[in-house]
Amino acid sequence: MPTLTGFPRADGRKGIRNVVAVAYLVECAHFVAHEVTLAFRGEPVHLVGFPGCYPNAYADKVMRRLLTHPNVGAVLLVSLGCESFDKRGLEAEVAASGRPVYTLTIQERGGTRKTLNEGIEWVRWALAELDTQPRVPMRWDELVVATVCGGSDGTSGITANPAVGRAFDTLIARGAACIFEETGELVGCEFHMQRRAATPELGDEIVRCVAKAARYYETLGHGSFAPGNADGGLTTQEEKSLGAYAKSGDSPISGLIKPGDIPPTGGLYLLDVVPDGEVRFGFPNISDNAEIVELIACGAHLTLFTTGRGSVVGSAISPVIKVCANPDTYDRLADDMDVNAGRILRGDATLDQVGAEIVALVHDVGHGRETASEALGHREFILTYKAFEPIGPSCLPVRQATRAMPPLSSTRATP
Amino acid sequence: MTPATDARLLLLNPADNCLVACCALVAGETLLIDGEPVTLPRPVGMAHKLARRALAVGDKVLRYGAVIGSVQRPIARGEHIHTDNLGSDYLPTYTLQDGSKYVLTSHD
Repeated sequence: MPTLTGFPRADGRKGIRNVVAVAYLVECAHFVAHEVTLAFRGEPVHLVGFPGCYPNAYADKVMRRLLTHPNVGAVLLVSLGCESFDKRGLEAEVAASGRPVYTLTIQERGGTRKTLNEGIEWVRWALAELDTQPRVPMRWDELVVATVCGGSDGTSGITANPAVGRAFDTLIARGAACIFEETGELVGCEFHMQRRAATPELGDEIVRCVAKAARYYETLGHGSFAPGNADGGLTTQEEKSLGAYAKSGDSPISGLIKPGDIPPTGGLYLLDVVPDGEVRFGFPNISDNAEIVELIACGAHLTLFTTGRGSVVGSAISPVIKVCANPDTYDRLADDMDVNAGRILRGDATLDQVGAEIVALVHDVGHGRETASEALGHREFILTYKAFEPIGPSCLPVRQATRAMPPLSSTRATP
Repeated sequence: MTPATDARLLLLNPADNCLVACCALVAGETLLIDGEPVTLPRPVGMAHKLARRALAVGDKVLRYGAVIGSVQRPIARGEHIHTDNLGSDYLPTYTLQDGSKYVLTSHD
């Protein structure tokens, strides 16, 4: 089996990209941080950030995970100065991970122009530093692969999603950790998933977690069903769910994690994206990229994105491989797609063939091959307010036997 | 041997009472479902569903061998199954009416 290559990090993980992340810590610093990245068009300088001025433990955890993600090599923090984000804690976390990190506070630096110039100078230095780092061999069991679907139609659940499921089964057999998500899109699949759980206790947790999602969406009055889904032939939330569920393949479910939790071993993991407690900050994930960001916060090196109607998004930090379910959509949006799973519908390929094609592409992208969205320059990013309780004791039955999740240094207790 | 069904229709699970169209099908077209010819009363878009057998109000529609909702209006064999005759058992479905107005699907 061919091996992978990656950039070694101090925590033992390896990255398949070596990105300089420029992070704004409040919307008021967004423009300046964005201007810094514009000076490096075509280079691996990615913009991430959190827009809110009020503190949030979830956003704090996700930002710490993102900026110590194995695909990130160096970090520039851009602060306005009066926001509540714990920038010194974040800076210390990144520094402790062995990465170069620099914080620019606009109010102290003397405004937009001075901050911008200093930021550009630092990123130029960081890129030169990262340029000297060689790739080293990487094992499949060091790889974390995520999957999401967006712009689903009736073809998603019969071509791209089951093909990704086949790819997941192969990747898991090679030792990789694979993550599927959006419990709100798994309403109706809870008892199917319960039967696949590694332990009965984990199965019960999964059923509770989907019930929580159904309650949450009921309060909001909407599921994750968009009008385009119906145009594409999907009629109900549970029909969409079953199609989405096909992405998970046939492997046993090893654990249930929440945003920022890193799978402790290889195997299949379900990411619970629906907040705990009463409905507070609105919709759990307001768009597909919010889900992708959470998967990256769980350590995903790359994301398999299935689409029927035709999404064009990529992501900051981790590459997105787009698997197009609908052959007509592929014909219209071929430049944005990596895999044409719609061939299955026309009788030109089998699910197994497309699954093997996805695994081969994961290998190549792991070696540095650009995905379609990377080549086009897509680097979408969004992070909003949420609230989670830590996962329960039954959620990771395999944890004891294996490597521990890299700990976060003390995160401020915030609402 | 299972009775023949048109190759343009996909049976995802033997237990299913709906079939998925592999390409767009026009109204008035005659095709085989389980060995018997059926003339389509309505057009069926690619990846849309049609009834494998006649369905009554309250029947569960099965796809992937799993329930995807309850029948809200009688559905003839070969008829398009969609938001006007099938409802979720969990959450309401919203669609765009006339391509612009965001509305809750109603079966009243």
